[in-house]
Amino acid sequence: MKFINYIEKVSGVDVIGLFSLTAFFLFFVILLIWLFKSNKENFTEASRLPLDNQD
Amino acid sequence: MQVEKFYYDNRIVRAFGYATIISGVIGMIVGLWVAIQIYYPAASLNLAMTTFGRLRPLHTNAIIFAFVGNACFTGIYYSLQRLCKARMWSDKLSWLHFWGWQAIIAGAAITLPLGLTTGAEYAELIWPIDIAITIIWVVFGINMMMTIMKRREKHIYVAIWFYIGTWVTVALLHIVRSFEIPYSLTGSYPMFAGVQDALVQWWYGHNAVAFVLTTPVLGLMYYFLPKAANRPVYSYRLSIIHFWTLIFLYIWAGPHHLLYSALPDWAQSLGVVFSVMLLAPSWGGMLNGLLTLRGAWDKVREEPVLKFMVVALTCYGMATFEGPLLSLKSVNAISHFSDWTIAHVHIGGLGWNGFIAFAILYYMIPKMWGTTLYSKKLASNHFWLGTIGIIIYAVPLYWAGFEQSIMWKQFTPEGQLKFDFMQTVTNIKPMYWARSIGGALYLTGTFIMIYNLWKTIKQGKFIANEEAEAAPLVKAIPAVKEKWHRVLERKPVTMLVLALIVVAIGGIVQMLPTFLIKSNIPTIASVKPYTPLELQGRDIYVREGCYTCHSQMIRPFRDEVARYGEYSKAGEFVYDFPHQWGSKRTGPDLAREGADKNKRPDSWHYTHLYDPTSTSPGSVMPRYIWLLDNKLDTSNTPAKIRVMQKLGVPYPKGYDKIANQDLMKQANEIAASLKKENIESLPDAEVIAVIAYLQRLGRDIQNEPKPITENK
Repeated sequence: MKFINYIEKVSGVDVIGLFSLTAFFLFFVILLIWLFKSNKENFTEASRLPLDNQD
Repeated sequence: MQVEKFYYDNRIVRAFGYATIISGVIGMIVGLWVAIQIYYPAASLNLAMTTFGRLRPLHTNAIIFAFVGNACFTGIYYSLQRLCKARMWSDKLSWLHFWGWQAIIAGAAITLPLGLTTGAEYAELIWPIDIAITIIWVVFGINMMMTIMKRREKHIYVAIWFYIGTWVTVALLHIVRSFEIPYSLTGSYPMFAGVQDALVQWWYGHNAVAFVLTTPVLGLMYYFLPKAANRPVYSYRLSIIHFWTLIFLYIWAGPHHLLYSALPDWAQSLGVVFSVMLLAPSWGGMLNGLLTLRGAWDKVREEPVLKFMVVALTCYGMATFEGPLLSLKSVNAISHFSDWTIAHVHIGGLGWNGFIAFAILYYMIPKMWGTTLYSKKLASNHFWLGTIGIIIYAVPLYWAGFEQSIMWKQFTPEGQLKFDFMQTVTNIKPMYWARSIGGALYLTGTFIMIYNLWKTIKQGKFIANEEAEAAPLVKAIPAVKEKWHRVLERKPVTMLVLALIVVAIGGIVQMLPTFLIKSNIPTIASVKPYTPLELQGRDIYVREGCYTCHSQMIRPFRDEVARYGEYSKAGEFVYDFPHQWGSKRTGPDLAREGADKNKRPDSWHYTHLYDPTSTSPGSVMPRYIWLLDNKLDTSNTPAKIRVMQKLGVPYPKGYDKIANQDLMKQANEIAASLKKENIESLPDAEVIAVIAYLQRLGRDIQNEPKPITENK
C-alpha cells in the first residue's frame, strides 16, 4: 500500500494550511508585543547567566 | 538558603573534544582526497572503496555528524552543566551517548566505503544505523532534558533553547527521512518516490544544515562568545526573536534546492519566500554576536578565541546572505548544479562551523586543564592559515561555478550549443587545483591547533570533576503575575513541545499537499516500472554514488533541453525509490541518457565504465573496473520486487518468483549485443545491469505527444 493512502484518510486536511498561517501570525505578533512591552531588567539579568560562573 | 556543592563532569567534555578533533581531521583528509580526485581521478587508486562516489558521502557525513556533531556535544556538555548549575543528570547516559555516537560514526566509516548507502544526500546511512541514531538521540535528549529539570538556575538561558530546538527538530527530520522498508539486512527502499522523495530529501537536507550546522552552533556562540569577551550578549531581546524566527522560517526553505525541477511550482515559490525571509533572523543573530564585541575589539587582537569567533560570525553572515540570494530563481538558474554551491557550503562549513569548533576548543581545553593556552602565536598562525585557506578554497570555486554555468548556457550564432560538456570541465581544472591548495592550508592549520592543544594539555592537570556551588531551586510563587514568555522560559518541556509544533507545521503544510493532491504529480501512462535487471542496475548506480556527480533532472532551459533533451516531468519519477536528481553536475545530466537523442551503443557504456577517458578524452570520471568483474547478486531480486510492490509499484502478483528469469533474459540480450561489438562479457556481470539501467533512462516518454502534462 502506498504511503499516500494513509495520509489521504486524514479528515479536514486542507484546513491545516489556513490554521497554521493564522497560528504563526498570531504567535509572532504576540511575541513581538511581549518583547517590546516587557521589562528590560529581566533580560539584563538573563543575559548575564553565562558570566555568573566562577570559571 | 543552604548552598549545595556539586561537580561538573569534565570527562565527558574531554571525550567529545578528542572525538571532535579526530573526526575533524579524518573528515578533512577525506575531503582533500576527494577534492584531488576531481581533477586527478587516478587518486581513487582505482579501488571501489575509495572512489569519489563512495568517499564523498563519507566526507559530508564525517564533517556534519562526526566533526560538527561531536563539537556541538562537546560545547553542549560543557555549557549546559554550567548554565544549569548542575552536573549532567546521568553519567551513564552521557557515556552511552558518547560511545553510541562514536559507534555510529565508525559504522558510517565502514559501510559508506563498502557502498552500503540509501542514496539520499546526508542521510546515506543504512537502516540499522538509522535505528541506532534514533536510540542514541533519545538517550542524549533524556539526559539533556533531565539536567535542565534538575537545574539550580531558575532561568533557562537562550543557548539552551537552541539546544532544545535542535534536539526536537533533528529527531523529527531523522525519523521522517528514515521512513524506509528494508529488503535485506543492509538494504532498503525509502517510502517515497520521485518528486515526493525529493521534497522529503531537501526538507531534510536543508534542515540538516539548519539544525545540525546552525542552531546548536548558534547556541554555542551565545554561550562562548559572551564568556570569551567577558560581557553579556548585545541584545537578549534580539536573541529571543532570533531563536523563534529562525526555527520557524528554516523548516520551510527546503524546496529552494529544487527550483526549476519537477516539483510543483507552488512548493518552489514557498521555499523561495521563506528563504528570503531567513535573511532577517540570520543577520539579526550575526549582528547580535558581532555587536557583543562593541568596545572590546582590542581584545579580539589579543584573544585567539575571539579572532576565530569574529571570522566565524562573518562567514555565517556571508553564507546566510548568499543563501537567500541563491534561492532566487534567476540566481539559482546559474548557480545550481555548479561548484558555486560547493563554495557556498564551505564558507559555512570551514568558516562558520570549523572556526566555532576551533574557538570553543581553544577556550575549553585550557580551562579544563587549569592552565593557559600553550602558545597564542601558534593559535594566531592557525587562524591565518585557516582564513587564507578558506579564501583560496572558495574564490576559485565561485569562479569555477560561475564560469562553467555560463559556458553551459552559451550558443553559437547558428543556434548550436557553443561548448560540449567536456570543454566546460577541462576549462575549470585549474580552479580545482587551487581549491585543494586552500583545503590543504586549512588542514595544516588544524594540525597546528592539535600540536598547540597537546602542549597545553601537557602543561596542565586535568580537572575531571570541577567543583561548583549553588543554591537549589525552590518553587517560589512570584508576588506579581509573570508574563507568559517569562514563565515559558522556565518550562523546558513546554518549550520543547512548542518548538516541535513550530517546526512540524512547516513540514506538514509543505509536504502534505504534495502527498495528497494527485494533480501535483500528474501520472504519465507510458511510464512503466523498471525491469528487474534495470532495478538491480539502478541499485548499483545508487551504491556507487553516481548521484554525487550526475544529476537526473533536466530543467526547462533552452541549453539544457538542447543538451539533454525534453525537460523532466514529475510523472517520470513515480517509480524512483529513491529519486536520483542529484545536486551537482561534475558530469553531464543522465535523465535521458538512454533516450534516442542521446542513445549510445551498449559497447560504448561498457568501454566507458572500464575507462572513461577511452571514450571521452579528458574525462575526470573514475574507472569502474570492478563492475566488469563483480557477479550480480540476484538472490535479493524477489525481496526487492516484493518491497516495490508494497510501495505501490504495479508489478503483477507473484512476479517476485519469476523476476530473475526476466532478468537473465534481458542480461543475455545485452551480453549478445556486446558480443557483436567484440566485447566478451558474462551476462551476470554487474556492468550488464548498469548498462540496462542507463539505457532505460528517459525512454518512457520520448514518444509521447506534447503537451504531456499539465501542472497547475
